[in-house]
Amino acid sequence: MGLVESGKVPKPLTSLLSTSRKFSLWMYQWGLACCAIEMAAAFMPRYDVMRLGVIPLPASPRQSDLLCVSGTLTDKMAPPLRRLYEQMPDPKYVISMGSCANCGGPYWDSYSVTKGCDQIVPVDIYVPGCPPRPETLLEAIVLLQEMIQNEDMGERWRGDPIVLR
Amino acid sequence: MTLTQRDELRAYAHHATDARVNVELETEGMTLNIGPQHPATHGTLRIVAKLDGEQVIAAEPITGYMHRGYEKLVEVRTWPQINTLVNRIDWVGSFSNEVPFILACEQLMEIEAPPRARAIRTILFELARIANLVLFAGDMALQLGAQTAAMYAFRDREYVLNLLESASGGRFHPNFDRIGGLKDDLPKGWIDDTRAALVKIREFCDEMDLLVTGNEIFEARTRGVGIIPADVALSYGLSGANLRASGIDWDLRRDGGISGLAYDDVDWKVWTHPDGDCFARYWVRLQEIREAAHITEQLLDKLPAGPIMAKVPRIVKVPAGEAYVETENPLGAMGFYVISAGDLGPFRVKIRTPSFNNISVASWVMRGVYVPDIVTILASLYFILGDIDR
Repeated sequence: MGLVESGKVPKPLTSLLSTSRKFSLWMYQWGLACCAIEMAAAFMPRYDVMRLGVIPLPASPRQSDLLCVSGTLTDKMAPPLRRLYEQMPDPKYVISMGSCANCGGPYWDSYSVTKGCDQIVPVDIYVPGCPPRPETLLEAIVLLQEMIQNEDMGERWRGDPIVLR
Repeated sequence: MTLTQRDELRAYAHHATDARVNVELETEGMTLNIGPQHPATHGTLRIVAKLDGEQVIAAEPITGYMHRGYEKLVEVRTWPQINTLVNRIDWVGSFSNEVPFILACEQLMEIEAPPRARAIRTILFELARIANLVLFAGDMALQLGAQTAAMYAFRDREYVLNLLESASGGRFHPNFDRIGGLKDDLPKGWIDDTRAALVKIREFCDEMDLLVTGNEIFEARTRGVGIIPADVALSYGLSGANLRASGIDWDLRRDGGISGLAYDDVDWKVWTHPDGDCFARYWVRLQEIREAAHITEQLLDKLPAGPIMAKVPRIVKVPAGEAYVETENPLGAMGFYVISAGDLGPFRVKIRTPSFNNISVASWVMRGVYVPDIVTILASLYFILGDIDR
């Protein structure tokens, strides 16, 4: 997709691409703590995230577009988060779910908790709550889809180059 | 080159090929790393398994990926604030975490909750147990490849969560228990709603029996796998359903002699299973869901009237002293050892969580099992990562 990266795709085509992209988000679940159960509840019959076009069960981060960091991120867990984030192909999006992932939450003065996963990975949407209800996660996904529809594709696709050694 | 020399060379070459084939066929040890981010580990647990072919020689769980420093944090919080934190230790059955801490504080302050508060506390405790164990039943089946059961589990778990939410305002973390009683009385119509939800939970148990319990694949993968004998279970300090599945009839709800809960007023039974394998652990927990529904129904029938809060000063100061209270949580025996120096907050709190012991036995059980059994054993031991690392 060299054309997309250089920004030379005409508007109708980018609009079409964005529409198809936003309804096929493969969500990699980074379930860490309490929020992981609420995230799972969002995938299950009552809330059913799949009707928004989000497929919650990719086999690996290499197949996914969306990372949902849900729960308390500790300093010991932060390096694997960065590592798996880097394995995801561009363009990729991050939802930070719950107070702990946003800013440390109730563990704001703990010695072992990373205060905010935005120190480790760039976050697109923050979901407040401790834990947020599944509806809140659904709203975050709708907001993210709006963002995908309106964003400059070239900007987003110009990710870090892949270096083979 | 003479003929004999050529024969000699051929013989050497033959030996060499033989040797190479032998080297290729020889199985070398392999180290398999599972986690820390893996769906089979309920969160962030890492398992390092040394394999010989398909068999596990040694497996070691590596914890600490969810360590949030609870015991240090509670030292800088006031007594009522700690409730919020304690909720989040075992996040699936949140209300049950509050109870032992509150009971320890009440023991130190020498106050007792009124009978109505005690009964409601017990009801919510059992609802938290249902929420926890229903998730286990669905999750156990999910780990063995049956997604349908997990869908049913989450569907029926929502009914219980709705009850907790309408009573306390918190869907997940109720934060409802107070020193000396409860925050509020039950809302109007709650008792009928609970009865209706318990019918759904009973139906869920029957559905699980139809879907999972008798399933041939499920039985083949769980029966005789991961057997924990009674003496090993005791020496590793297992508690809860893991211990009862090894045939030991021990339940703190009955044997603990806890004053702040109303288990003595109801008629119920402790379920045990003699086998000690993965199936036994699943079966015991499934019966416990039914028993919890049974206990709740009885308590709803004879809910005493009266106040829900004892006389407690507005600013809580717990007098100096030490107390240890253990209750039977969904995962096992959970205890709080509270040392107070008479301040606004505790001097030191030691938290004994059941999951840490439940995972400790994993390296013993996993010796000699096959690789797919790792998942079965982990699922059946049932731990919550926040409960292990705190």
